[in-house]
Amino acid sequence: MEKHVRLTFSPDLIKEPLIYQLGQEFQVVTNIRMADVDAKVGWVVLSLEGDDAEVQRALDWVRSKGVRIDDATLGDVVEG
Amino acid sequence: MSASSFHRALKCRECSREYEIAPIFSCEYCFGPLEVAYNYDTIREATTRDSIAAGPKTLWRYANLLPCDPEYRVDLGVGYTPLIRADRLAKAIGLDTLWIKNDTVNPTWSFKDRVVSVAIAKAREFGFEAIACASTGNLANSVAAHAAAAGMECLVFIPDDLEKGKVVGSAIYNPNLVTVRGSYDDVNRLCTELSMQFNWAFVNINVRPFYAEGSRTLGYEIAEQLGWRAPEHIVAPMASGSMYTKIWKGLQEFHQVGLIEEPKTRMSGAQAAGCSPIATAFANNTLNFVPQKPDTIAKSLAIGNPADGYYALKQMQETGGGAEMVTDAEVVEGIKLLAETEGVFAETAGGVTIASLRKMVQSGFIPRHEETVAIISGGGLKTIEAVVDEVAAPLHVQPTVESFVEARSAQQARIAGSPVTA
Repeated sequence: MEKHVRLTFSPDLIKEPLIYQLGQEFQVVTNIRMADVDAKVGWVVLSLEGDDAEVQRALDWVRSKGVRIDDATLGDVVEG
Repeated sequence: MSASSFHRALKCRECSREYEIAPIFSCEYCFGPLEVAYNYDTIREATTRDSIAAGPKTLWRYANLLPCDPEYRVDLGVGYTPLIRADRLAKAIGLDTLWIKNDTVNPTWSFKDRVVSVAIAKAREFGFEAIACASTGNLANSVAAHAAAAGMECLVFIPDDLEKGKVVGSAIYNPNLVTVRGSYDDVNRLCTELSMQFNWAFVNINVRPFYAEGSRTLGYEIAEQLGWRAPEHIVAPMASGSMYTKIWKGLQEFHQVGLIEEPKTRMSGAQAAGCSPIATAFANNTLNFVPQKPDTIAKSLAIGNPADGYYALKQMQETGGGAEMVTDAEVVEGIKLLAETEGVFAETAGGVTIASLRKMVQSGFIPRHEETVAIISGGGLKTIEAVVDEVAAPLHVQPTVESFVEARSAQQARIAGSPVTA
């Protein structure tokens, strides 16, 4: 499974090496495709490749750290 | 000259890589959104002010600039809506010249008919037999109506706590209506997954690059109706930010194909404070918005993670425009002000636009002399709950002249005795 997500980091998380830890803790291949980080907010568009359950575990772990996870490209699909 | 000679490819908005025209929406390399690329020189040769003016009084008068073969269109008579000179509203908020682009008069009473017109034509051209969407109202109504007229299978996904009016507004066209039990995020997740598993034309997912292009016709119409020129300022509501960015693209394209002078329009956007990721980022002077959990009566603008938010913020920088946000109470005031001064009953998004416009004029961000167009994107009967308790109570009388005169005198005395409010 290859999953494409957009991670949004709040200012208190910007200095944490979460993507490094993600690769260390879980059997997933991470690949940054786009990113922008400044003092107020940071986001990273990330490709995650690995076993379905492992990718899901990895994303659950990132979420538990307080990072917001969204689909990489679509934004919200429910429109007015 | 065939329609296919006017648009040539899909192009990544981030890395500019090009793809053949297909029902795809994101770049394989950087995941950036794909956009339709046009042969503007060919369009310029085939398009004049006269050829457009001789076309139908619908958005299909701009067929050369739409990324679909008009042969596949489902024509409900969408677009070419009135541009109304709004002198009474202008005076009330402190502008010399204000225009209202009244998109409440589209076949399903919102601007979504523009985007769906293009999406369904393209879906039919691609050979899809089913069309789908996830929506809280306006988009669902339009997709269901167009699918009915085309005789296509239709799947509409809505949250299960929607107002009855919005549910009926889709159900009447007899689509496969699916109410999803769960949070807003759950509906989003489900529909994203469904779009990957089923071979449906999900209008705002796999046909999104084409769908989004329909909003450019707002820019074309404004320029044409102003006598082939762009206004000094446009204020538009923002949900995903797509319509806001496409209006500006439309004005730029009209210049590119030689129909108007170079536009210098300042483009501004309006959001409800309860869902304001773009306006908040603008206020914080950053291009990186933080997604929000929506909490506002302006449900048609309640997109917490706007797909075009970044591009909307860039456009504000480039055009010298800005963004404003207003409370739900101000939204209701905006709806009432527009109705009472111009006779146009807008849904909550229109209230957001008018209330935001008023704030921008009050703060001096829009100077009095700047000719402005406000986009009113949907009709008020769709969101009647927002104002039902805010309108004046009727005068109850017996069927006699005496009863009427007595009640009216009492009413006028009440008005005369009530404190003056600003």
